[in-house]
Amino acid sequence: MNIPDYLPGLFNYWVSVILMMTGLYVVISRSNLVKKLVGLNLFQTSVFLFYITMGKVQGGTAPILDAKFSVYSNPVPHVLILTAIVVGIATTSLGLSLVVRIRRAYDTIEEEDISEIESLERLKSAQEKGS
Amino acid sequence: MIAANHYPILQVIVPLMAAPLCVIVRNNIIVRYVATLASWIALFIATQLMMRVMDDGPIRYVLGGWAAPLGIEYRIDLLNAFLLIIITIIGALVSIYGRFPVEKEIPESRVYLYYTVYLLALSGLLGMTVTGDMFNQFVYLEVAALSSYTLIAIGSSYRINRKALVASFRYLVLGTIGGTFFVIGIGLIYMATGALNLLDMAARIQELGGVADSRTLQVALAFLIVGLGLKMALFPLHLWQPEAYTQSPSSVSVFLAATATKVAVYLMMRVLFTVFGSVDLFATTMFDEALLILAVMAMFVGSLSAIWQVNLKRLLAYSSIAQIGYIILGVSIGNKMALAGSIVHMFNHALIKGALFMAVGAVFYRVGSSTLDDMRGLGKQMPLTMAAFTTAGLSLIGVPLTAGFISKWYLVTGVLQSGHWLVAILILFSSLLAIFYIWKIIEVAYFQSAPADAQPVSDPPLSMLLPMWGLTLLAVYFGIDAETTGLISQMAAEYLLGGGQ
Repeated sequence: MNIPDYLPGLFNYWVSVILMMTGLYVVISRSNLVKKLVGLNLFQTSVFLFYITMGKVQGGTAPILDAKFSVYSNPVPHVLILTAIVVGIATTSLGLSLVVRIRRAYDTIEEEDISEIESLERLKSAQEKGS
Repeated sequence: MIAANHYPILQVIVPLMAAPLCVIVRNNIIVRYVATLASWIALFIATQLMMRVMDDGPIRYVLGGWAAPLGIEYRIDLLNAFLLIIITIIGALVSIYGRFPVEKEIPESRVYLYYTVYLLALSGLLGMTVTGDMFNQFVYLEVAALSSYTLIAIGSSYRINRKALVASFRYLVLGTIGGTFFVIGIGLIYMATGALNLLDMAARIQELGGVADSRTLQVALAFLIVGLGLKMALFPLHLWQPEAYTQSPSSVSVFLAATATKVAVYLMMRVLFTVFGSVDLFATTMFDEALLILAVMAMFVGSLSAIWQVNLKRLLAYSSIAQIGYIILGVSIGNKMALAGSIVHMFNHALIKGALFMAVGAVFYRVGSSTLDDMRGLGKQMPLTMAAFTTAGLSLIGVPLTAGFISKWYLVTGVLQSGHWLVAILILFSSLLAIFYIWKIIEVAYFQSAPADAQPVSDPPLSMLLPMWGLTLLAVYFGIDAETTGLISQMAAEYLLGGGQ
């Protein structure tokens, strides 16, 4: 079987896109808030992989100045992604702390249950007004 | 004065450094003064920067002395100087307005944290605006976004106001997806151009022959527009926005509704006109048609949804979706007058929505609710608040001699110049819808008497009335004196269309 060039040559990019879509799918399809955050994390991590792959120069070595080497990988995307990792951690921790508070307030972390509670509340307040 | 040369960085540093100071001090009263002072210093710096840009043209500020390709450059031209003014005016007035609502709506042990996070949100928004480096924009975008999620949820404890937690979580999920799309877009542009500085990007993209031949750049642009669309609540990516504005504390709704989405619009203008503007983007792609359709749908979906709302905060939030539609409409038309209309509407809408949310916040402060039923008879009981609401409401509709009229005038002129007369009719028609939802409130407040069992209420304290009337009067003043804002936005539009060189 002939494998086209772009499949193995762009392997990292394929993996990155697959991870990205998996993450997005988990965010959309799961009702559990923690699982949503896991999906969100996966989605962000795929971008880290994408940036790091982008910085790789074929045949290049680590970007430390040395007389023996003339080709280096591009360090800028690595530095950028360090910042993005910090952003990711901040988002995850904020999201998790919100989940803790949501559990305390609703006794559940399932989005479906929360929507149900909210619609019941709305119905109740409408009835009170009606009576 | 040495400090004057460093205004571009001080604009961000002052609120950014005031934030940790608030955490150290931990005294609710002192912290309030620190936050107010920092907000007013930011306003002072923004006016200074505006005057310098008007006199000497764009300011380039090199961070830490590292020149542009290596270091980060802050670049201020008319467009972002104008935006800095918008953000800092709202910030300065909200810092005064917030005192009593914050005491009422946020648990006492958390008041100093509210001011801390508010300062972080302010510095994030200002940073996004001043910087000329795209990755730096992303970092500030996330600073502002993370602090907005916190601000929305900060009033909730245990079961009290628990809906705010869910609203904040939903905003967090969608906001993070938006931010990540933005960073993917930056990565793709970096792949194609090797630049992060906006002007370097623009030059390289021109060398590459624009987006027409490069699939990478096309995909980058799509990611950027969808990501920013999520951040600005452009239809159909607006689902997080009504709940987020409805459930958050009053002063937070004022601040976020007036500033946060505008900065996302500003970023989109930069992407479309400064980065990709060196080539004729709209002639070679379909992005303008796509944006035009979304903008028109936003105008109608936002206004029609607003008509049916009984919660005033949610009503105003849906109205904001419609107003973002007007702003993006001007961007998608892309000629000088329409773009000037967009820019001036960013300013006018910030004033109008700020005033309206402040009035609703004042009602909530006195009555404890913001539903339509509880507005009955308030025209007599809270005359000054309801007068401000009515005046700002007229400005929102776009009655002549108010600021809202000026923006719609520019917008319609620009649309007619481009030959889309059907769109011009749609603008006028959707403005009529605004009459319905504003009138609905005025009718209840003035022509229905208060229920017999209701507690009598009065106007809120002066520290809430003054900022509210300040914004209301500005929203009228800039309708009568249309020269200042009109001229600035026309110059900014001309500059943007010239590729920002």
